[in-house]
Formats: sequence, C-alpha cells, structure tokens
Amino acid sequence: MTDQLPSLPARIWIAISCFARALSDARFASILVQLQASNALPAAPGAVVPLPPPPSLPPAPALIAPIVAAPIAAPPPALPDVATSQEGALHLLAILQREARLLDFCEEELTGFSDAAIGAAARLVHSGCRKALREHLDLAPVRSEAEGAPVTLSAGFDARANRLTGNIVGAPPFSGTLKHHGWKALKVKLPEPVRGEASRLLAPAEVELS
Amino acid sequence: MSARYAVGIDLGTTNSALADVDLAVEPAGPGEPLPGPLPLSVPQIRAPFEVSALELLPSFIYLPSPHEAPPGAFALPWDPARNFVVGRYAKERGAQVPGRLVSSSKSWLSHAAVDRRSALLPLRAPGFDDDIVRISPVEAGARLLTHLREAWEAAHAFETGDDGAPMRLADQAVTLTVPASFDPQARELTVQAASLAGLAKVTLLEEPQAALYAWVQGAGDAWRAQVKPGDVILVVDVGGGTSDYSLIRVGEEQGRLSLERLAVGEHILLGGDNIDLALAMRAAQKLTADGHKLDAWQMAALTFACRQVKEEPGRAEPGPAALAIPGRGSGLLGGMLRTELSREELQETALAFFPDVPADAQPQSARRAGLSALGLPYAQDPAITRHLAAFLRKNATARPTAILFNGGVFKDAALRDRVATMVGGWTGAPLKRLEAQSLDLSVALGAAYSGMARAGRGIRIRGGIARSYYVGVEAAAPAIPGFAAPVHAVCLAPFGMEEGSAVDLPDLEVGAFVGETTAFRFFSSADRRDDRPGARCDDVTELVELSPIEATLPAQDAPVGSVIPVGLHAAVTEVGTLSLELVSHESPPRHWRLEFSVRESAE
Repeated sequence: MTDQLPSLPARIWIAISCFARALSDARFASILVQLQASNALPAAPGAVVPLPPPPSLPPAPALIAPIVAAPIAAPPPALPDVATSQEGALHLLAILQREARLLDFCEEELTGFSDAAIGAAARLVHSGCRKALREHLDLAPVRSEAEGAPVTLSAGFDARANRLTGNIVGAPPFSGTLKHHGWKALKVKLPEPVRGEASRLLAPAEVELS
Repeated sequence: MSARYAVGIDLGTTNSALADVDLAVEPAGPGEPLPGPLPLSVPQIRAPFEVSALELLPSFIYLPSPHEAPPGAFALPWDPARNFVVGRYAKERGAQVPGRLVSSSKSWLSHAAVDRRSALLPLRAPGFDDDIVRISPVEAGARLLTHLREAWEAAHAFETGDDGAPMRLADQAVTLTVPASFDPQARELTVQAASLAGLAKVTLLEEPQAALYAWVQGAGDAWRAQVKPGDVILVVDVGGGTSDYSLIRVGEEQGRLSLERLAVGEHILLGGDNIDLALAMRAAQKLTADGHKLDAWQMAALTFACRQVKEEPGRAEPGPAALAIPGRGSGLLGGMLRTELSREELQETALAFFPDVPADAQPQSARRAGLSALGLPYAQDPAITRHLAAFLRKNATARPTAILFNGGVFKDAALRDRVATMVGGWTGAPLKRLEAQSLDLSVALGAAYSGMARAGRGIRIRGGIARSYYVGVEAAAPAIPGFAAPVHAVCLAPFGMEEGSAVDLPDLEVGAFVGETTAFRFFSSADRRDDRPGARCDDVTELVELSPIEATLPAQDAPVGSVIPVGLHAAVTEVGTLSLELVSHESPPRHWRLEFSVRESAE
C-alpha cells in the first residue's frame, strides 16, 4: 500500500533536498550518518530504527544484525558485550515463551500424548513463534534463487553466507545446485532488553487471588 | 507558526492509530504525486519492563495495583514514572483482571445517560469495594490521546520547529476522527479530551469520511475514473465495537469532481468483537458438553484463538479449524482443552451478523427488563445488515451506486461479498466496489490526508452537520396541575450547515433569568432535512431529545431573578463542533455561551 518506491525524478529531488538540509541542520545530518552506518533502511517514520552496532563491537558481518535495537530510547549504557548479547538472547526467549509458550513446550515430556494433541500444541507454538518472529525480525533468504536451481559461485564469493557441500575440489568459479536458500535477518526490531540479573527471569510465576 | 505536518489520529473504540504527512515536501516534479500520509507505529508496553512499537494502539487503559509490579515496570521511553498502561498489554492484562480495565471509553463518551465528566470507569462491580482510582470517560479519552501525542513527539524528537524548540504535536494540523453518529455533545467532549491531552487545536472529521479520503488518496488520479458525478458512495465502517454508515455523493463543481456527505447513520454498538465472542461461545458450548467448565482465563484464551482462526488468511482450506486452549500451568499439553469449529460453523456464525434480509427489514428491539444495569446501550439486534437496511430506507432519496468498506471485520472477503451483493439487490443494480488501502489504518491515513486537503493539497469532502438541531420552547399557557406545559421546537441549526457558518434567531421569544441557570431542551433530527432556521416543529416526539443546554447569566445591571428577552445564535465551528449562544437584545448585544448539560438525564 504505502511502500511504493520513489521514481527517479523523485529520488533526484530527495537527494537535492537532503543535501540542502544536511548542510543547514546538523541533527538531520547526524541521522543520515546513522542511517548509512546501519546498513538497513528504517520503516515508516516512527517505526523502529535499528541503531548502528556499538563501536566497541567488531565489524558486524552482514548475516548477524545487532541484537540490540533501541526503539526510541538513547543507546544502551556501555556494558560488557557478552552480557549484552546474553541479555538480548534471554529476552528473545522470554518473548517466545510469552507469545508461544515455547519453553513450556520444549520442557514438557511428550511421551503419553497423542500425535493429535501434540499437533494442536504445535499449531499454538507455531502461530505464536511466527507472530513474534515477524514482529521482531525481518527475515529474508540469503539467496534469491529457487531451491533446486543451478547456482554459480564466482571467485571471492562470501564463504560465510554460502556453505559448500558435496564434491569440494579445485578453485572457483564453482557451479552447483541450491539446496537451502539460507536465512538472514534484514532488520532486528527487538525491544530494549531488561538489564542485569533481572534478565534471567523468563516468565513470572502466576498467583491468582480469590 | 504554520503547521509542518498534517497528522491524523484515529481514536477508535477498540484500536487507535496515527498517521502523518510532511506538508513541506513538494512533488518531485511536474505530474508527480504529492507524498501521501504514512502510518506511524506507536511504542507501547508489551509486558512489564518491555516496550515495543506496534501499528495499532489498542484503546484500552489498565489501572494497575501498586503491588502488582515493581516500580518502573510500566515506564515509557518518555516517562519513567508512568503508573498506568495504555495499549496492547492493557488489553491482554485486562482480559485477566477485568476490574481494572477501562475499555470502550469512546462509547461511554457518547452515552448520554451518564455524567461523562465523572470518574466512573472502570464500572464498579455492585456490592464490591476496591481501591481503584477511577477516571471519567473524558479523562480516558485524554489518556489515549496523550499517549498518541507523546508517541508522535518521540518519533519526531530529532526535528526542531521554526523556533528551534522540539516539535510539538499541538503545533501541527491535527485531525481527530469521531464516529459520524456522534452528537454535538459527544463531539464537544472529544475536543475537551484532546485539550486535556495538550492538543488545544484539533479538527474533527467523521470516520467514514476519513476512510473515503484514504481511498481518494490511495487511488491517486485514478479515482476520477472509478466514480462519476451522480454516484453515491455507501461507506460501511464496522469496527471492533461499533458500526457506522455514511452516504457520500460525487458531484461536479466547475468541471471538477467534488464530494459531499449526504447522510450518516445512528450510533450502533455492534462490531467485530461481537463475532469473536459469538465464535468463542459456540466453541465453549462444545467444551461444556464434554464436561469442561471454562474459567475467565480459558475463555479469554478461547476468544483469542477464535479471532486468530477468523482472521487466518487460509480460511478457504477444507477441514475444521482446530482450537486449543493451552494448559494454564507450565504443562502446555497436560491440561490442554481442544475443540474445533467446522468451516460451516465459522462461516455461519460470522454471517449470522450479516443475515440476508429484504430492503424493508427492521432492526428488532428486544424489550428490556424493567431495571437494566448501568452499562453501555449495546445494540439489541446483532444483525448488522438490518441496521444497514433501516439506514438506507431512511435516506431513500440517495440510492448508493458504489460501496467502500472499512474495519478489520471486512478482511473476510465473504462478508464484503455478502454486504455488497445484498445492497445491490436492494437498490436493483450491482454496486461498484471501491478497494480500501488498508482496513485497519485507512481512517488515520485519511484523517492526515484531510489535513493536507485543508492546506490546499487535496480534494475536500463537504459535509456540514449531519442532523438538524432544535431548541424546545415552552408555550406560555396556564399551568394545569399534572400536565407539563406544551413544548414546541424551533430549528436552530439546519441539516448541512457548514463549518464556519452561523445562524441568528433574534426573534425567538424566549427569556432568560438573570443570576440563575436558564436551561433549554435540545433536540435533533436526522429526517427533517428541509427545515430552515426558525422553522417550527409542533410535535417534539418526532425529534430525538438530547441532553439539555444551559447558560448562567451573571447578575450585572439587572436585579437577580428578573427576566431579559434573548435571541439565540448558533455556529458550526471550524473544529466541527456546534456552538450555541444566548444573545441579549441590547446594543451592543451581550453573548452567553450555552453549555451542554452533563447532568444525568432523568430517564
């Protein structure tokens, strides 16, 4: 609906107006810098804009987007990177438990339940997980070809994003068949995670008052 | 300072949304379209200590107990001390703790039988004491609008206005939508809520008109090809909790197409949530038959599951839709209740709200029990199509030739087909179907577009007021014990009176008591289209009585208790509200504003 891309004349106009505004408005210019650094485009105004990775991190490979993305708050206080990624991971688990009961499902012993019952539970978990994933991540295949299609990898291909299997002999270009298109996160829209010890709480106990 | 953005706010009964467009951006070149409005996602609490931005802000307010979460659990990025919750978490939490949930506050705003400025929400359960600090319907509206204002300002925090200060929503061209069926008092209260929320200057727009604006904007220049002068567009807007209809005529003015709103329907408290509930009841019956008794938590989970099944895109797939209520404890499978609804049952339940009825169908009203509990006046007849038939019959002179749907209910194509075919059957010719941009966001987008149109950047819909308004005048007759003095009504503001115009009735022979409150009975009619200002209606039972209007004249020169003759002055403000004044016959005349009484009407 609203995501029509601007035409070439429109883009020329945008470029000119951005040029003028960047000269006159330092804050606007700083947003442009952030945008360029973040490698991902923001959605509509007001939507969550991923921040560039904190400078202390090693340069983020294209496949792994930063887990931390603050919607509107200031950048998170500088904490050790390891703790940050753990908190982010724990928070994602908490979201998947809340939306999809993922922990309950994984921790439950399935023996004794019929396939129909497990299927019903799987549907619940599936729809919840899918909803949570769609809300917090924009997923896309690494390769756009259909699975089963022939693929040629020329010299200098990204060996991290394309895993070779089968008969690996010689030097590129390699030709083969696409078996799995891969996944990458184009955009990560996770809320600011809970910090410190509290991040270990994945789901509260529930007490119903009578 | 002129506004930089045109902002549209859809303050819905169940969901609210926000959209805006930068008025400073020029078209990229000759023939290029102006940039259109875009939706803004609204940051909101998703769980304690978690905020994320969603396209819609559910219009729910949850008033937590101070003991239920640690301090700061409901902090927003712009307010670390916020101690109530607005949005998705409020809705989810409120399903478990209904006593602390304020919902449908907009419907309360239009509920004339209660004092809408008194703190009555959430409704107190009879004979049950609690510690909740209640809020009034106006305050509830203000809290929702405050959240939207703060979200907009946060999204624009990186910009500054002309004066170098941060952007304020109050400085923008803000359009706030209201149901077409809102009476002058509900509109006035909506403006008051906006003002409490720091939005002193808003323009009101009827929701079905906003939906049509969004369609005009989305269709671009092509809209002129899709409708022709003489077409009448029926806008059917079925939201979560309310249904609203409007008829808009396509005309021609100086060779250009124009739009004019002809009629609006009554306020009907009936919407998509009723369908979810009906599905859940049906599924719950099956579970009860199997010997399971559902508690409130399970019922909420079942309603949620039903809504998902209803909105599932793969509705057409054969076989029944499986519904599962997960176990409440950590065991998902242990304690899980399962049932299913067949495709036929799903279809049947939804279509029961849209039964195939003839053009002369009449909404049925069940007789109410003598004492009905204080609550919202929900529609008695759940058949949306019967209400629609009655609306079209009342406005038989305008036969619809095109139809535009709005509201999440119509994501179900079967329902769109059913309604379009049925109305086509009533009018004798199939209707043109206008495709909406988005069933959820059209109203906000269209409201922002209307702001553009007011700034001269788009097509405006002309409307004016959708009803005629009357003031009751008591005849000077000898008092007879046991009989009220006969009352006739005088037309004060005629149907179609436009924004910015005024009517004076100097000759109306009424008097006002100095130093006391003078009250008038106040009536409206959607049917008497041809009454001019000053026209007399002898039988007030033909009219709909609204809350009285009153003014207090300060005792200045005249002694207290004396009567001075006054005339009446009515104006439709630019905002879209009706303003009424008493005018003295002195020169220069003195004016006293007539306020809508908010006292409970004696029913």
